[in-house]
Amino acid sequence: MEIDPSKCARDLSWTSPALPAPAGGLSAVPGHAESDPPPSIAAAAGATVDEVLARAQAGDHQAFAHLYALHKRRIYSLCLRMVGNVAEAEDLTQEAFLQLFRKIGTFRGDSAFSTWLHRMAINVVLMRLRKKGLSLISLDEAMEPAPEERPGRSFGTPDLTLTGSIDRLALERAVANLPAGYRLIFVLHDIEGYEHNEIAELLDCSIGNSKSQLHKARLKLRDALRKSSRQEERR
Amino acid sequence: MSEHSRPMSCLEFQEKLPELIASGESIAHHPHYQNCELCRALLADLETIAEAARQLLPVVEPPDDLWSQIETAIREEENSPEKG
Repeated sequence: MEIDPSKCARDLSWTSPALPAPAGGLSAVPGHAESDPPPSIAAAAGATVDEVLARAQAGDHQAFAHLYALHKRRIYSLCLRMVGNVAEAEDLTQEAFLQLFRKIGTFRGDSAFSTWLHRMAINVVLMRLRKKGLSLISLDEAMEPAPEERPGRSFGTPDLTLTGSIDRLALERAVANLPAGYRLIFVLHDIEGYEHNEIAELLDCSIGNSKSQLHKARLKLRDALRKSSRQEERR
Repeated sequence: MSEHSRPMSCLEFQEKLPELIASGESIAHHPHYQNCELCRALLADLETIAEAARQLLPVVEPPDDLWSQIETAIREEENSPEKG
C-alpha cells in the first residue's frame, strides 16, 4: 500500500484515541524551537508525537511516513542551506530519512527526537562533504577559502552599513553563495543555533577555529549584502 | 577620534579580528574598538547579520515526489538479501 505522508499529518484515524499533546514535543533543536512542527498536529488527530514515534520504532510504515511529514521541511532546509544545491539537498534528505529508518530503533529519548534527527542529518551531510573531498580533519586548510573568496575589508567605507532589517531572500542567497567551509559554520551557528563547542566537535576543529571562521563568514555575507543593496538602489 | 589615540589602524585591527575572536578576547575592550566608530559599525553589522540569520525559518518544502523515492528506497532495503 502506498502511504502518503501529507495525508498522515492530517488523518491519523488509524491511531489510538486522542491524548493530550506531549509537554516536550518536538522542540529541542537549539535556536529554532518555535519552528518545530506543533505536536498538536498529531495530538489533535488522535495520537501524540511520542505515540507516532513509538509506532515508527516498532516498524509501522505509516507512522514513519508521519514522522517524515513532520520533519521533512526542517531537514530539507538544513540540507539545502548546508550544501547550497537543490539536487544534492534532495539526495541528502533522502539519505537522512533512510538513516533514520535504519536507526530509529536505537533512539532512546536521551535528547528530544528532533535534536537527534537533526544531528543525524548533519552527520549525513558532513559524510557526503568528506567523500567529496572537503577534509574536515584538516579544517584550517580546508575551510580557508582561496584569496579571491576572502571577505573584503571595509577600510574607509562608512557609506553603507546594514542598518534596519536585512532582506530575508538576499540573506538566503548570500548564504547559498558562501564558500563551503564558511557556509557550514554560519548555518550551524547562526541559523541552527549550535554552540561553538558543538560545532568544533561536529567538524573536528578547534573552538577558536569555529569562532574565527564564523567571523569571516559574517564578513563575507556583509560584503554580499552591501553589494546586493547597492544593486537594488541602482534599479 | 584622533589618529594619535589609536594604537592600531583599521586595517591592522580588522586583520587581527579573527585571531582576537578565536582567542576569546573581549573585542569591546580593545582600544581600537573603543576609539573607532567605523570598526564598531562593522561589528554591529555582523551582529545584525547574525540576528537576521536567527530569524530564518526552515521554509523550504522538499519536492512532493521525494517521499515516494524514500519509500522505494526503504522497501528495497527491506527486501535486500543482506537485511536480517
